[in-house]
Amino acid sequence: MSFSFLEFLKSLVELTTGTYLRQVWGAKPWVDPTLDAIGVILVATFGLLIVLVLIWLERKVIARFQDRIGPNRVGGKYGLLQPVADALKLLTKEIITPSGADKWAYNLAPFLIVITALMMWAVMPFAPGVVGVDLNVGLFYVLAISSVSVVTVLLAGWGSNNKYALLGAFRAVAQMVSYEVPMILSLLIPIILARSMSSVDIVKAQTVPFAIVVPISALIFFISSLAEMGRTPFDLLEAESEIVAGFHIEYSGMKFAMFMLAEYISALFMSGLFTTVFLGGYRFFGLEMIKTASGFALGNLIGLIAFFVKMFVVFVVLVWIRGTLPRFRIDQMMDFNWKFLVPLSLALILVAALVDKALPVGVNDWTRAGVHLVSNVVVGAVTLEILRRNGRKQRTAHEEVRENADIETAAAH
Amino acid sequence: MIEQIIFIVISLFTLMMGWIVVSNNNLFHAALALMASFLGVAGLYVMLDAGFLAMAQLLVYIGAISILIIFAIMLTRRMMQTEESPFNSQPGLAGITAVSVFAVIAFIFWQMREFWPLGAGEGAMPPADKSIILGSVAKLGEYFVSPDAFVLPFEVASVMLLAALIGSIWVAWPKTEDES
Amino acid sequence: MDNQILIDYLPIAVLLGISIFFAVLLPVLSLTLGPKQGAKRNLAPYESGMTAIGEAQRRLPVKFYRIAVLFILFDVDIILLVPWAVTFRKLGLYGLYAMLIFMVIFILGDAWVWKKGVLEWD
Repeated sequence: MSFSFLEFLKSLVELTTGTYLRQVWGAKPWVDPTLDAIGVILVATFGLLIVLVLIWLERKVIARFQDRIGPNRVGGKYGLLQPVADALKLLTKEIITPSGADKWAYNLAPFLIVITALMMWAVMPFAPGVVGVDLNVGLFYVLAISSVSVVTVLLAGWGSNNKYALLGAFRAVAQMVSYEVPMILSLLIPIILARSMSSVDIVKAQTVPFAIVVPISALIFFISSLAEMGRTPFDLLEAESEIVAGFHIEYSGMKFAMFMLAEYISALFMSGLFTTVFLGGYRFFGLEMIKTASGFALGNLIGLIAFFVKMFVVFVVLVWIRGTLPRFRIDQMMDFNWKFLVPLSLALILVAALVDKALPVGVNDWTRAGVHLVSNVVVGAVTLEILRRNGRKQRTAHEEVRENADIETAAAH
Repeated sequence: MIEQIIFIVISLFTLMMGWIVVSNNNLFHAALALMASFLGVAGLYVMLDAGFLAMAQLLVYIGAISILIIFAIMLTRRMMQTEESPFNSQPGLAGITAVSVFAVIAFIFWQMREFWPLGAGEGAMPPADKSIILGSVAKLGEYFVSPDAFVLPFEVASVMLLAALIGSIWVAWPKTEDES
Repeated sequence: MDNQILIDYLPIAVLLGISIFFAVLLPVLSLTLGPKQGAKRNLAPYESGMTAIGEAQRRLPVKFYRIAVLFILFDVDIILLVPWAVTFRKLGLYGLYAMLIFMVIFILGDAWVWKKGVLEWD
C-alpha cells in the first residue's frame, strides 16, 4: 500500500492512524517501536500540556465558587494565558538544594513523581481502539504505579531536612496507604462484574455504567481517590495553616512545579479512571460504534469526545468539592477510612459476590444490573441506619456527660 | 538476542542495587537501593511473562514493604548517619550460606539439562501460547479456590495473615502507658 | 523479538523513557534559565522565618508504623482476592465458599484490631 495524504487525513479523523501507517509501512522490525514512540510522545505531551488548561480551569471555577472573577489579566479577558505566565515565572526561579538536605532523596522525589504520574496513562482507553497498551492486568498496573508515588512523598519529606516537610510526609504516607485499601477493594467489584482487569474490557462490559449498577462502590472509589491525591477535604498533608505546605515546602522553581504538575496530571488521571471504570469510558449510547454508509468510522471521534467530556465533568466535580468542603482532622480521616470505608467495601464485595452467584447464568445485563442496584441500595440503607443509631448513641452519651457536669457544678456552688 | 540484552541489563541493575543495599552506610539510601532492586525483580517477572506477579511485586514490595522498612528505620533514633561499617563479623558464615544456596540452584539447573538450550535454539522448549499467558490471572483465581489445587494453602494463607496481624500489632503496641 | 508479551510491554518501556526525558528536562531547563545566587540564607531550611532549631529528622511516632503494618496485611489480602475476582463468574459455589472462609478469617482479625483500639488515632 502506498501513502496517500487523503487516506492519512481520514485515518486521523477515524483515530486509526496507527493501523493505517502500519499497513503503509508493512511489517518491518522498526515499525512497531516507532509507532509506539509516536503514540506515547503524544500521550506524554498531552499530559504535560493539559495541566495548563487544568490549572486555568481550577482557578476560574474555584474563583466563581468564592464569588471572585479569577485570573483575568494575562491572555485576554478570561486570563487564558495565566498558567503559561506562571510556568515561565517558575522556569526563571533559582533551583536550590537546602543545606543539610539528603541530596539523593531530595532530587529523586520530583523526578519520580512526574514519571509515575505520566506512566499511569499507558492503560487509559481514550476511544475505541485508542489505548497505549491493553494490558490484561491494566487496573493492577495503575494501582502498582500509583503506590510508587507514596514512596516519592516520603523521599521528599525526608530529604528536605525540614520539620514541616517531614510531618507532612508522615501524614501523607499514612493517608495514602490507608485509602489505598478501600480504593482497591471498591475496584474489585467492577472487576467481578467485567470479569477482567483490562481497562478496555471493563469499558466494553458496561452496557449499563457501573456507577448505576454499584453506586456505593463508585462513591467509595471516588472518595478514596480524592484522599489518594491529597485533595480537599483530605488535604491535611499540605494543610497551609499547620505545616505550611507539607512535603514539598523546600522545593523551589521547576522542582516545585513538578510536584504541582504531577498533582494535576494524577487528578485528571483519577477523573479519567473513574470515567473508565464507573461511567462507561468512551461509551455514549452506542454512538461510539456508528459508521457512515461509506464505512467511515465516525464513532471513534464521538467516543473520544464523550470520554473527554465525562473526564472533565468529573474533574470539575473535584474542584467543586474543593470549593465546598472544609478539611478533615487526622483522627477523623483515619476513623473514616478504617472504621467506615474499609468495612463497608468488604461488605459490598461479599454482597456483590452473593448476589452475582444467586443469579442464574443466562440473565441479561439489564436484569443483573437491576438486582445489583437493589442490593446496593439495601446496603446503603442499612449503613445509614447503623450510622444513625451510632450517632444517637454518641449524642446521648455526650448529653449525659454534660448533664452530670452541670449537676456537679450546681452542687459545687 | 534483544531479550538477552534486556535480561542482562535488568539483572545487572538488580544486583548492583543489591550490592548498594549491603554496602551503604546510610540506612535510608540502602532502603532506596532496596526499592530499586525490587523494581529490577519486577522487570524480571515481566520478562518471564508474569505480568500479574510483576504488578504484585510493585504493589507489595515497593508500595508497602519498602514503606514499612523506611518507617522502621525512622523509628530507630540516630541510625541514619552511622559511621560504622555496615558489615558484621561473620563474613565466613555468610559466604558458606551463599555458596551452598548457589550450589542448590546450580544443581537444579543441571538437573534440567534436557531442556537446554533454554533460549530459542533447536530443541528448546517452545514459548508458551499467548492466550495461556493472558488467561493466567483467571487460571490463578480458579486454582486458588479449587479443591484439586491450592485451596488449602489459600486458606492457610489467610490464617497466616491473621497471625501476622495479631503478632505485628502485639509487637508495636506500647507495653506500658508512658511509652505511647 | 519472538516474545509476544514483551512487545505488549514495549509502549510502557517507551513511555518510561519519555517520562524520564521530561522529568530530566524540566529541572535542567530551570537550571539553565534560572539565576544562581547560591546565597547561604536561601539554602537554610524554612522554619517560619526563624533559624532552624535542632535536627529536622526526628523519630517517627509508632502509630504511623502500625498503620503501615495494617496496610501491608490488607494489601496482601487484596492481592489474593484479585485473581478470584477476575474469574469469579466461572467458578461454582465452591469458589464462593472458599472465599467466604478466607474473608471471615481475615475479618475476624480486623475485628480484633478494632476492639484492641489500634484504629484509635489519639
